[in-house]
Amino acid sequence: MVSRRNNVFANLDWLVIVLYLVLISMGVINIFSAEYNETTKNFFDFSLRSGKQMIWISAALILALLLLIIDSRFYLYFATPLYVIMILALMAVLIVGVEINGAKSWFVIGPVRIQPSEFAKVVTGLMLAKYLSGPNIKLQKIKNLIISGVIIFMPAFIILLQPDTGSTLVYFAFIIVLYREGLPGILVAIGIALAILFIFTLLFDKLIIVASLIFLAFIIYFFLEKRKKYFLIGAGVFIISGILIWGVNKVVMDNKIDIYMSLLLTISFSSIIFIILSFAKKIKYIVLILAIMAGAIGFTYSVNYFFYNILEDHQQKRINVVLGIESDPLGSGYNVNQSKIAIGSGGFSGKGYLRGTQTKFNFVPEQSTDFIFCTVGEEWGFIGTTVLILIFVFLLLRLLVMAERQRTPFSRIYGYSVFSIFLFHFTINIGMTIGLVPVIGIPLPFISYGGSSLWAFTILLFIFLRLDASRSEFL
Amino acid sequence: MKNQFKNRKFAIGGMLILIALIFIARLFYLQIINTSFRLSAQNNVIRYVPQFPARGLIFDRNGKLVVHNEAAYDLMVIPSQLSEFDTLGLCNILATEKKEFIKSLKAARAYSPYIPSTIIKQINPETYAKLQERLYRFPGFYVHTRTLRKYSYNIASHLLGYVGEVNEKDIKRDPYYKLGDYIGKSGIEKSYETDLRGQKGVKMYLVDVHNRIKGPYQNERHDSDPIVGSNLTATFDADLQEYGEQLMLNKIGSIVAIEPATGEILSLVSAPSYKPSLLVGRVRSKNYLMLARDTLKPLFNRALMASYPPGSTFKTINGLIGLQERTLFPSTTYSCNMGYHSRGLTVGCHSHRSPLDLPSAVQISCNAYFCNVFRNILDSGKYTDIHESFDSWRNYLLSFGFGQKISLDLPNELKGFVPKSSYYDRYYGKKGWSSLTIISLAIGQGELGITPIQLANMTAAIANRGHYFSPHIMKEIAGGDDNTESFTKRHDTAIDSIYFNTIIRGMELAVNGQAGSGSTARIARLDSIIVCGKTGTAQNPHGEDHSIFIAFAPKDNPKIAIAVIVENGGFGARYAAPIASLMIEKYLKGKTKNKWVEDYILKTDLIHGKQEK
Repeated sequence: MVSRRNNVFANLDWLVIVLYLVLISMGVINIFSAEYNETTKNFFDFSLRSGKQMIWISAALILALLLLIIDSRFYLYFATPLYVIMILALMAVLIVGVEINGAKSWFVIGPVRIQPSEFAKVVTGLMLAKYLSGPNIKLQKIKNLIISGVIIFMPAFIILLQPDTGSTLVYFAFIIVLYREGLPGILVAIGIALAILFIFTLLFDKLIIVASLIFLAFIIYFFLEKRKKYFLIGAGVFIISGILIWGVNKVVMDNKIDIYMSLLLTISFSSIIFIILSFAKKIKYIVLILAIMAGAIGFTYSVNYFFYNILEDHQQKRINVVLGIESDPLGSGYNVNQSKIAIGSGGFSGKGYLRGTQTKFNFVPEQSTDFIFCTVGEEWGFIGTTVLILIFVFLLLRLLVMAERQRTPFSRIYGYSVFSIFLFHFTINIGMTIGLVPVIGIPLPFISYGGSSLWAFTILLFIFLRLDASRSEFL
Repeated sequence: MKNQFKNRKFAIGGMLILIALIFIARLFYLQIINTSFRLSAQNNVIRYVPQFPARGLIFDRNGKLVVHNEAAYDLMVIPSQLSEFDTLGLCNILATEKKEFIKSLKAARAYSPYIPSTIIKQINPETYAKLQERLYRFPGFYVHTRTLRKYSYNIASHLLGYVGEVNEKDIKRDPYYKLGDYIGKSGIEKSYETDLRGQKGVKMYLVDVHNRIKGPYQNERHDSDPIVGSNLTATFDADLQEYGEQLMLNKIGSIVAIEPATGEILSLVSAPSYKPSLLVGRVRSKNYLMLARDTLKPLFNRALMASYPPGSTFKTINGLIGLQERTLFPSTTYSCNMGYHSRGLTVGCHSHRSPLDLPSAVQISCNAYFCNVFRNILDSGKYTDIHESFDSWRNYLLSFGFGQKISLDLPNELKGFVPKSSYYDRYYGKKGWSSLTIISLAIGQGELGITPIQLANMTAAIANRGHYFSPHIMKEIAGGDDNTESFTKRHDTAIDSIYFNTIIRGMELAVNGQAGSGSTARIARLDSIIVCGKTGTAQNPHGEDHSIFIAFAPKDNPKIAIAVIVENGGFGARYAAPIASLMIEKYLKGKTKNKWVEDYILKTDLIHGKQEK
């Protein structure tokens, strides 16, 4: 026992621990500043958030130590029971939880408030690692892919019921893990294509979208088809159908059909001819191209439906603001606008610690939690923000290297889970404060105020450090 | 075998680097290239402007407006928003010394760069008009409007109290207050602060670099309107109060008048007094200092805080206790030979007819009679020893409200002093004292400390034949769910009401007795109203005796009970009795007929150059 423990500390990746300590220190320093005003001068005042964060940090460090002492095989063996317990806890919180800020996601036991969804990420990572490291599991197999999806999205779905959209979205980070473990490239490509189409649908008029898709289909066809004659015929068919529809609309329908519908009719009408042609002349690709195009057009419809009928008003607005569709600096864009002002006002070297003006007086809401990066930006300037980003990049790259050096798939997959979750939080949180992604309320790891998130990130990281320290044991 | 996907780590790592590069590029744009955000940060200064509600008005019992408000303007500064400005120019507009101005600016900066501080208080409207035009030249400064107290009757300073800036303690106690806020410091203003102050509101503005308000912040979403303070109707009669203050001019002492049926304070005068308008606005601190240094202590509310021996007015109480204890009967007579003599001790008395029964003893205020009464109470044999009998006697006193704070809503009242038997044990030893040792209590001298309001309350209890309602100054608060239960709670004294008539008969005779019958207070007699009164002359170590008088009128169904104390005024009949009489007449008749008495009182000056004896 004793010799093993010595081994653990000898094999620990101290670089990661140093980065961890640097980040939590930066966090508490900035939390103090975010709350600082003339009447609160004492850093160690436990009624302040900075003081409380110190308590959370102390507890987190003890927690970290405990995690390092636990045998690394524990996580492999207990992944499944932990997962089940976690799912039960998430369901329990829906029933007996306490609603804070509109989400029923907290257990309140005396003075302690715990958010189980923060810890669910850790357990989901363990469970996914255990499942994917099992014998004969391949993500190319539909069944395995579906089970992986269930493992990931079951907690996500329960959390969505709380409703806590931000925490739910974090589970999409596991797609990175799946990608590393062999998720078919085509699925990734489709995912990216759909994402782009989603944004375009919101950005542009549907007429332009449909027209562009048709145009794109022709271009693809142009490059795929070696016999350019057929391409010209295809284009001719399309143009003639268009003129026909236009004429019928003008003469018979009395211009009742708008231009968008006319375009759809034209493409449907000419598609029939294309399909007949393709079978007659054995032209490959046409059906595939048409199918993809039709799917894409259908997708734009569902995006519109999803966006306007499923998303709530404020969520629509947040997306709109990021996409630049809406400008509402005092309304839903307020957070982002004030956040950009705060960060922008920091300039190159910042206004100096505790000298920020925008991050005081609640100019930026959620100052010490989700928008802590503003304080960094305002008071430490471009130097500060860049240094913080570089520290995160350094930590994440280190995690990547560590994940790759694992000898067991379990450790590697869990390492990737840790990496992906941190990357997602890092990207979304900083992205939203600088106006690149919609406002999704998730914390910046180790920096944002909050006990549950700090502990969850600490657990996430230190389990991996423990696994890494004993990587030579698994052989 | 899964390592066929090993190369995907490069895609993943590349994505991380790409994101980081995008972030850094974006931050480079936001923080370095794009200067508009920097300007915006200076522009977008949010200013919290508290909206001060007008304090509630105060009316007298007849609905006459006594206290109202006028607008005043404070120049505020937020040091962190200051930029270079023409200090001299601003000082010229404000007509202040540049040196002073810079000093207070420094103080404001030291207090807090972010929290607004008041630089110049209560700018008058003309200066304000001038300033308002030029304020844009002075970023970081702004003006906010508040209200000051204004008095339509410049009276009742001790009752009304005054309003001043909150101190650290107030802020700690109630976070509602912020530095520079006003709070009632004494009197009604203090007791009913939470009703009178109303509820502050706040307006948030976005202010640009030129100190111009650009507009409300977030569409006034976070703003709140101030709620005007509730109006208060007080129980005092402004005319009576004013008259009382006139009568007490150039004298030291108090008048307290109470409506016996309700406990409402009709008038409460503490002399010397000061005009309430002295403690308003910019002159307040200067005047306050002046008043505080005055050797006559005008800020000291004698009616509530000074305790006196009650003197002979106290004989009424001893008589009542004797009757209740059945050691005295209305017809009991004692003779008096220029005083009470016992075991070599003499309590002197003036020359009068003898022997006397109880009503006559009250009428003539015979010391010897009440020495007998007092000793019979204490030595009745009903109690095992002097301690027990004394404490029983003391309990009667407590039932009249002595030795305790009696008013419901006047701050800073003192309890007065009624000794316990243990008090004498400490002085004389457990067995070292008897009823004779403390004989001076029989005539209201000795170790008794009674405040004027307690004396008036005692009078009201006599007028009510055995009960009183706690004196109070609030009659009604507009829209307030007044906690009036304590106001209408009847306190019964330990004396049965049947015993009062004998004493009241004596008090009636004291004022209305035949000339030559020995009545002590004939000067207080009124033509059409039966005034019942009792004089008192309290010996004290500070020179001439205090002139004391208690009275109520009319005899049946009394409307006013009054206690008057004129310090060093000599006999009770000399000043206190005529003052009480004039007050009663003024209150019941609305005017006074006895002009020569009035003149005599008004001309009396006991402060400047001692009065001839």
